[in-house]
Amino acid sequence: MSHSTPTKMSDGGDVPARGLSRFARLRGLDRVRSFGSKMAKEPLGVVGVVVLALLLLVALLAPWIAPFDPNRQNLAQALQPPSWGHIMGTDEFGRDILSRLIWGARITMRTVLSVSAIVGPVGLVIGVAAGFFGGWTDSILMRFTDIVLSFPALVLALAFAAAMGAGLGTAVIAISLTSWPPVARLARAEALVVRNTDYVAAARLYGASPLRLLFFYVTPMCIPSVLVRLTLNMAVITLTAASLGFLGLGAQPPLAEWGAMISSGRRFMLDYWWVPVMPGFAILITSLAFNITGDALRDILDPRHTRG
Amino acid sequence: MQNDQILDVCNLTVRFANGAVRAVDGVDLSLGRGKLGIVGESGSGKSTVGRALMRLLPPFASVTADRLSFDGQDLLDLSERRMHKLRGARMSLIMQDPRYSLNPVKTIGIQVAEAARLHLGHRRKEARDAAEAILERVRIREPRRVLDAYPHQISGGMGQRVMIGMMLLAKPRLVIADEPTSALDVSVRGEVLDLLDEMVEQEGAALILISHDIRMVSAFCERIAVMYKGRVVEELAHLGEAEHIYTRGLISAMPDPRLPVRRLKVPDRAALAKLESEGGI
Amino acid sequence: MIEIRQLDITYGEGETANHVVRGIDLSIGEGESVGIVGESGCGKSTVLRSLVGLERGWRGSIQIGGRDMPQVRRIADLRLAQMVFQDPFGSLHPRHRIGTALSEAARCMGLRADPDRIAAALEEVGLPAGFADRFPHELSGGQRQRVAIARALIVEPPVILLDEPTSALDVSVQAEILNLLSDRREERGLTYLFVTHDLSVVSHMCDRILVMEKGVFSEELTADDIGAARATTPYAQHLIDASLLGHDTNP
Repeated sequence: MSHSTPTKMSDGGDVPARGLSRFARLRGLDRVRSFGSKMAKEPLGVVGVVVLALLLLVALLAPWIAPFDPNRQNLAQALQPPSWGHIMGTDEFGRDILSRLIWGARITMRTVLSVSAIVGPVGLVIGVAAGFFGGWTDSILMRFTDIVLSFPALVLALAFAAAMGAGLGTAVIAISLTSWPPVARLARAEALVVRNTDYVAAARLYGASPLRLLFFYVTPMCIPSVLVRLTLNMAVITLTAASLGFLGLGAQPPLAEWGAMISSGRRFMLDYWWVPVMPGFAILITSLAFNITGDALRDILDPRHTRG
Repeated sequence: MQNDQILDVCNLTVRFANGAVRAVDGVDLSLGRGKLGIVGESGSGKSTVGRALMRLLPPFASVTADRLSFDGQDLLDLSERRMHKLRGARMSLIMQDPRYSLNPVKTIGIQVAEAARLHLGHRRKEARDAAEAILERVRIREPRRVLDAYPHQISGGMGQRVMIGMMLLAKPRLVIADEPTSALDVSVRGEVLDLLDEMVEQEGAALILISHDIRMVSAFCERIAVMYKGRVVEELAHLGEAEHIYTRGLISAMPDPRLPVRRLKVPDRAALAKLESEGGI
Repeated sequence: MIEIRQLDITYGEGETANHVVRGIDLSIGEGESVGIVGESGCGKSTVLRSLVGLERGWRGSIQIGGRDMPQVRRIADLRLAQMVFQDPFGSLHPRHRIGTALSEAARCMGLRADPDRIAAALEEVGLPAGFADRFPHELSGGQRQRVAIARALIVEPPVILLDEPTSALDVSVQAEILNLLSDRREERGLTYLFVTHDLSVVSHMCDRILVMEKGVFSEELTADDIGAARATTPYAQHLIDASLLGHDTNP
C-alpha cells in the first residue's frame, strides 16, 4: 500500500532503483507532510484532531476568550436561558456557563495531559522491561499489573481521592494509579514480538548490552502502539475525571470543572436543562474527539490495523 | 460442450491507483487443455495476472481487456454473484500457503465433505466417505487422521494435497496455481507437482502455473510465458529457445550444479533498460 | 576454524521433549565454505544459532578459532562469528538509518565507527556511501541483504554464518548477492557456513555439503556429487533428484 509497510518484495532491481528515488529523501518536513497526507485519508480522524486542537487552543487562551469571569456571581441573572448575552445561559449563581466551560477545558486538558504524561512512560517502561527480560522480571511485573488491573478503576480512584483529600492533584494521581496497566500490557505484548526479531538477534551478535537493546531497539518499536492506546485512553480519563468531579472528589468549587458543573446543575435539570446539558455536551464532544483521533492514529501508525 | 479453447485473453491490462502504476500491461494468453507456466521475478505482474483472471483484485485495481473469455463466457461482464459461483467450481486458485485458503476453525474433514456435498450433491454420510476417498487419491497416508485435523495441524505439503483433493471434487476447467510449491520442502515439491499433473491429465483441465523458478516451470509445463515489468516478453516451449536477453539472463543467473561456474552471470540491467527505452520489451 | 563435538540440543522436557540436534560433530577448516542442507525442522538452523550463541542450553563443545565457546558469549567470542539472516526485511531495525545500523555494530564491538568507515563498509558491498542516511524501507530486498552483509563484515569476523541468505530474493538478485559473498570470501579469506534448503545454491557456494536429517548429518557430499546426482543414502538421493528438477533442460 505504501512504502512504509514492509512487504516481501524486492523492486526487481538491485542497483539503486529508479522507483525508489521518489521515496528516497523523506526527511524532516517531508515526513510530517507524508503523515499529514495519510491523516487526510481519515476524514473522521481529521475532525477529531481539529476538535482537539480547538479545545487545546480554548484551554490555553481561556483568560482572553472567555466573555465573562467564570466565578463572578450575579444572582439577578441566575438561571437565564441561552441568549445573545449568555450564549449558553447562566447557572444558579448567575455565572456565564460558556465562560465556565472555557475555563473548565483548561482543567480537563490539564488532567488528561498530566495523567498521560505519568501513565505513558510508567506503563511503557514496566511493560517493555517485562516483555524484554521475561522470566522472573516478567512474572513479578505482570502479577503486579494484574493486581492493579483487577481493581475497578473508578472505585480505586475514589478510595484514593477520599483518603488523600479531594482536589485536582489527587484526582490526577488517583486516575494515573489505575490507568497504567493497560499500557503496560500492550507494551509487553509488543516487546515480546520485538525481542524475537532478527534485528534484535543481530544486535545481540554484535554485543549490544541488554539496556541498550531495551532502550534503543525494543522501546522505539513499542511507542507507536502505546501512543495510540494513550490517545484512546484519554477519552476514558476525561470521563473518569468528570466522574470524580461529579462525586465531589476532583477539582473543588468554585473551580469550573465539567463534572462538578453537571453535579450542581442536575438539581435544575427539569426546568433549566441547559445548566447540566452544556457541560455534559462538552464532556461528550471531548471524549468522542479523543476516541476518533485514537482510531485514526491506529490506522496510520499500526500497520496491522490498516484497511486494505 | 468440450471446446478446445478454455481461456482466451487479449490485451489484459491492470492499473493500480488511478492508472499511475501498470502492474500488467497488455498481456495476451490463450490456453486449451494443458499446462501453461508464467514465470517472472517479483513485481513482474505474474501474480496479478492470476488474480485478475479470478477477478480477485482489490476494488482500486482497474482491469481492462479487449477479450477475457473463459469457456466462452466473458469474465468482465459477469456479475459478482455469477463470478462467485464460477470460482471454486469451474475455476480454482491454489496459493502459496494452503493454510490461508482453508477455514482455520473447521476441520479438514468438514471442509472437504462440504465440497463433496456442493459439487457431487452427496448427503452427509456419503460426503464423508467421498472426502476420505479423495484424500486417499491425493496420496495422504492416514486420511482418517487428517480428516479430523484442523488446518494449522497439518504440514504445508499436506495442505496443498487437501486443496488439490477439494479441486478434484469440483472438477474445475481452469486451475491457477500461484507458487504452489515454494513454501514446501524440495522433496514434497515433486509429489505436489505430480498430483497437479495427474489432475490436469485426468480431468482435461487447463493449468496456469505461476512461479519464479523458470527451470521447474519449464520441466513441468508445455509452454512458458516469461513476464517482465507487466509484459510477456517471450513465450517458449523449451528453455533452449530463449532469445530475449531477460529470459537468458534469468536462466544463467540460477546456479546449476551440473555446470559449476566460479561466478554467476548477473543479468545485464543496463542493456535491459536500453531495450526498454527503445520499446523493445 | 570451527570444531563442534557432540552437539546436542533438546527443547522441553519429559514426554513433550523435542530432540532437535542429536550429538553431531563438525569440523571446518580456515577459509573453507561448508553447507548444511535439509528440510524444515531438521535442526540445521538450530545448529547455526547455537554456534553464534543465540541458542542456549546446548550440550557438547563448540570451538571457534581455537577458543572454547561458553553458553553466554562475551564480546571477544562474538567477534569470531557473525551471521546473515534469511529475511532481509526483518534483520534491519525499521527505525534505524543504515548508517546507524552499521555504526552500532562497530561501536558495540569497540571498533571505530566514523563516517569514513561506514562509507567504506557500504562500498565494500556495492552500495553508494549516501545510503547511510536512508531507512531500511527505502531499500529493495537485495540492497537490504547487502547492508546485512556489511553489518556482519564491519565487525571483521573470520567466520560468517549464513542462514538461507538468498531464499527471499529474486533469482537475479540472488546471483548478485552470491557473487558478492564469493568475492568477499576470496578477498578476506573468510570461512563460511551456509544453511539452506536450496541444493543448487550450496553446490555453487560450498566445497563440502552436509545433508542433515532428523538432527544428525546423514551424508557428506561434494559439489560434484550433487552435479552428478550421486549420493549413497536414499534420502540424499531423493533430495538431489527433487531439486535438480528441470536442470536437464539447459539452453
